[in-house]
Amino acid sequence: MVLTGVALLPLALGLSGCGQGVEGELGEARPILHYFTWSDYVEPELIAEFERREQVKVVVDTFSSNEELLAKLQSGATGYDVAVPSDFMVAIMIQQGLLQEVDSQAIPNASSLESHLQALPFDPNGRFSVPYLWGTVGIGYDSDILSAAPDSWAILWEPRYKGRISMLNDQREVFGAVLRSMGQSMNSTDPLVIEAAKERLLLQKPLVKTYTSDHYDQLLASGEVVLAHGWGGQVARAMAERPSLRYVVPKEGATLWADCLVLLKSAPQKALGMKFINYLMEPEVAAHTSERLRFASASRPARQLVSPAVRDNPAVYPPLDQLVRLEWMRDVGKGIRLYDRAWTELKMQ
Amino acid sequence: MLAHRTASVTVTLRNSCRACWLAVPGLVWMALFFLVPLGLVFAVSFASRGTYGGIVWEFTTANYVDLLHPLYGKILSHSLWYAMLTTACCFVLGFPLAYMIARSPARWQPVLLLLVMLPFWTNFLVRTYAWMILLRHDGLINHVLVSLGLVATPLELLYTPTAVVIGLVYGYLPFMVLPLYVAVERLDPLLVEAAYDLYASRWAVFTRVVVPLTMPGIVGGCVLVFIPSIGSFITPDLLGGARSMMIGNLIQHEYLVARDWPLGSAVSFVLMAVVMAAVVLYYRQGDRSAGPVERR
Repeated sequence: MVLTGVALLPLALGLSGCGQGVEGELGEARPILHYFTWSDYVEPELIAEFERREQVKVVVDTFSSNEELLAKLQSGATGYDVAVPSDFMVAIMIQQGLLQEVDSQAIPNASSLESHLQALPFDPNGRFSVPYLWGTVGIGYDSDILSAAPDSWAILWEPRYKGRISMLNDQREVFGAVLRSMGQSMNSTDPLVIEAAKERLLLQKPLVKTYTSDHYDQLLASGEVVLAHGWGGQVARAMAERPSLRYVVPKEGATLWADCLVLLKSAPQKALGMKFINYLMEPEVAAHTSERLRFASASRPARQLVSPAVRDNPAVYPPLDQLVRLEWMRDVGKGIRLYDRAWTELKMQ
Repeated sequence: MLAHRTASVTVTLRNSCRACWLAVPGLVWMALFFLVPLGLVFAVSFASRGTYGGIVWEFTTANYVDLLHPLYGKILSHSLWYAMLTTACCFVLGFPLAYMIARSPARWQPVLLLLVMLPFWTNFLVRTYAWMILLRHDGLINHVLVSLGLVATPLELLYTPTAVVIGLVYGYLPFMVLPLYVAVERLDPLLVEAAYDLYASRWAVFTRVVVPLTMPGIVGGCVLVFIPSIGSFITPDLLGGARSMMIGNLIQHEYLVARDWPLGSAVSFVLMAVVMAAVVLYYRQGDRSAGPVERR
């Protein structure tokens, strides 16, 4: 009883303070930063550390696709400060005028990026974005079942593995893989090329157990599939449960992706947002993120700080000699209808 | 006769109008959150997609013209088929269950009804994931089937059309059972007894007495199952392995992946029109078969 009274005392004082119109108390309340990120990118300890250091509160909201992020911002969601779109979405957001230029003075940690991430096609001068995490799309496979390591997308058309293959449920990635295997760009908008790619995918469909972008890591780990088209980091997480899993980027080439930290034009806390971006790019913080999420950090000094097991895992840190055969996914504008139609036809066969 | 009818209508009107203002909050709610969004979807379905997604307000019927492509007819008929199959399965499973509950001792009925509704306490997505675990290659169902010696090797259950129908029937069965229960509960057991006394066979009692008298419940249950199952998209993605599309998947795809809101809106409207037509047709048929019995 006494304890309750004591606990309530500051509250009562605070309330009376407000009643007397002491504005300063409210004005000095902890600023709030709104961070909009991928649902699997949240590292609570790191967020808490930033909150302690800057005496602020960080509110995290998540999305599960670039399109969802864009749709929310386009339909007028405001109040977010920092977001994490992928490469091609950065280009769209710049076009749509959704992004605020970042001040390179305020983000010194952005100056030590991996060399191949310094001048990016979607934001050549790095005026609007800071690359955060990056990686590849490839094939995760079970080395206990596959005697020889596959090196080509063709393995996904191998009748022997019928019903034990999963593909991403993502039209651009699935078409991207088959386009590369045909020696084409994954950003093709040639109707004939896309039609030919669809024919190849129709041949593959009877072999595919499921199209999923979410739980292929569980399918690999449980052995339900032995070949999975997917993002390296997610395959790397499955490796922890099933050590016989391996990851390969096919020789015909694949997607190179980078998720980038951006400051929104509508951000209420621009200065704090840039501080936050700088914090996430601090070598120790970036290394910790990379270690926990199993994605490569864009920070060059961070690479030296992650454990060798993670750094030397090609699913997490793509070997640099692979870079020449990787391609950025670009927005294809109205060409998306070609992919849409072909994808729907694939599903309806 | 006519005068009597008019009088009763007037009385009903006067009674209902006295309570009219009570309906205002509900009507405002419906207008704001149902009619306005519906109007917006309708307007957007005649707009065009911008180069980077988004909506460009230039009037066009191109979205509806695009839907004439046989591909979309195929998706629609595919969805109709799944929805009808689900409704039929729910009816076959739900009717005996509803009958049993309605005819069980009065003190047990609330408990049994609660059990029917119990699954709603858990999120649908979570329950669908549970089905994935059950249907897996090395899941519980296969485990039981193999250990009982019913099958030699585990069946491929997950990521098949069967799994989609199982998921849909599981998800929407309660919507069938509840209206049927209400209808059966109101059915006078004496009428069933009378039919037997008049030497009707079991089948004749069911088709000529029980079904006509519970028709409102049957129609209600079927509509409640049919509508959500035709638009479902989680079940075909998760249990069907996204190997085919239902119209709900197409709408989700157009809105969220292709960022083509105008086309997505057009698909939504066509779906609404089809569902509306199906429901009206169904209610009419229901009226016709239920009508004569009530008059007798």
